[in-house]
Amino acid sequence: MQRNEERLDLTIGLLLRAGVITAASVVFAGGVWYLIRSGMLAQNYRVFQGEPAELRSVAGVLRGVAGLHPRAVIQFGLLLLVATPITRVGFSLVTFARRRDWVYLALTVVVFAVLIWSLSGIGYAPH
Amino acid sequence: MGSLNALEFSLLVGLFGAAAGFLGALTGLGGGVVITPVLTLLFGVDIRYAVGATLVSVIATSCGAASLHLKEGFSNIRIGIFLEIATTLGAIAGAFLATRIPTSSLGVILGVVLLYSAFLSTRPKLDKHEDVPAHALAERLRLDSSFPTPHGWQPYRVQHVKTGFCVMFGAGTLSGLLGIGSGALKVLAMDHAMRIPFKVSTATSNFMIGVTAAASAGVYLNRGYIDPLLAMPVMLGVSAGSLFGARHLSGTETRILRIVFAAVVGVLAVEMIYHGLSGRI
Repeated sequence: MQRNEERLDLTIGLLLRAGVITAASVVFAGGVWYLIRSGMLAQNYRVFQGEPAELRSVAGVLRGVAGLHPRAVIQFGLLLLVATPITRVGFSLVTFARRRDWVYLALTVVVFAVLIWSLSGIGYAPH
Repeated sequence: MGSLNALEFSLLVGLFGAAAGFLGALTGLGGGVVITPVLTLLFGVDIRYAVGATLVSVIATSCGAASLHLKEGFSNIRIGIFLEIATTLGAIAGAFLATRIPTSSLGVILGVVLLYSAFLSTRPKLDKHEDVPAHALAERLRLDSSFPTPHGWQPYRVQHVKTGFCVMFGAGTLSGLLGIGSGALKVLAMDHAMRIPFKVSTATSNFMIGVTAAASAGVYLNRGYIDPLLAMPVMLGVSAGSLFGARHLSGTETRILRIVFAAVVGVLAVEMIYHGLSGRI
């Protein structure tokens, strides 16, 4: 392994850790907020109903956060977590482009596109 | 456990998550594997919500572990990216499949995969090194590299690239179908088929699990499988537990824990299969 690759490893490692810590903090904050407000409510996950539209898409979650809904804040934290590995792939995209490594740039573009498409829900989400 | 309020439920699930994360990190099985069975069997959670919550926690543990491994220099980023094409496509296929097949079948499949993972985890991991000729495709993709050992950098050559790619697609499908990291299968593909040294396989697999899980997480989110109030204690508990577990990784006393945890996973697996077959999931 070359020196510059070693440095790249460290940067990616830092990015991953920062992403997880940020996401966990947001989830924790949203969780505490929800539990203070409605911690005494009964829970039921026995019957699957699916989440409401607000918690089903990136746009919906962002609207919920703007409306100060604690459940949307937790979901936003979870989205930050999902975004962490996606950002990592985006980071590799830039690195391979800068190194003019076209084969790996193409491979990374495929992975990145699959991730973005899945998150966007385009073509398969009911709304 | 039907009469718990949100606070009690979160604390209890968080505690179970922490224990699972701790043991999962110690044994290398990953905390995610026991969360879905515990949520469905013990807490009566619908398996779809359980799978959604577990998947999210898998991303957290994978990213955490990957950042540790990256520091040590075992991960091979090129192998990771190349195989992620297979795992992400597989993950999306699996996530779509999960919305189609009956929940009882999901339970049975999860049970079988758990049994297999438990079996694999009890087997010794030996880093046998053999001199193999260069593989044409591996050479063209520049997958060969080297990893640090006490005696300096040890080079390795990657074999059977196509077989590994196909097994990875399968690992991705299982990950998307069951919300697990399927790290055991990923390591098997790299370690066994592609002849990548065990430490490199484990580190690179950790690196890939987060990306694979993120691919199916999108589908799960849009289908309404990810419940914030369930995922919150699971994710926080498992992350905290596995962070703690990763610090205690070395040492021979983990051998007993490893066997105990494998036994627990085995029992949960049999329960999942039984409940699935009798149509109670």
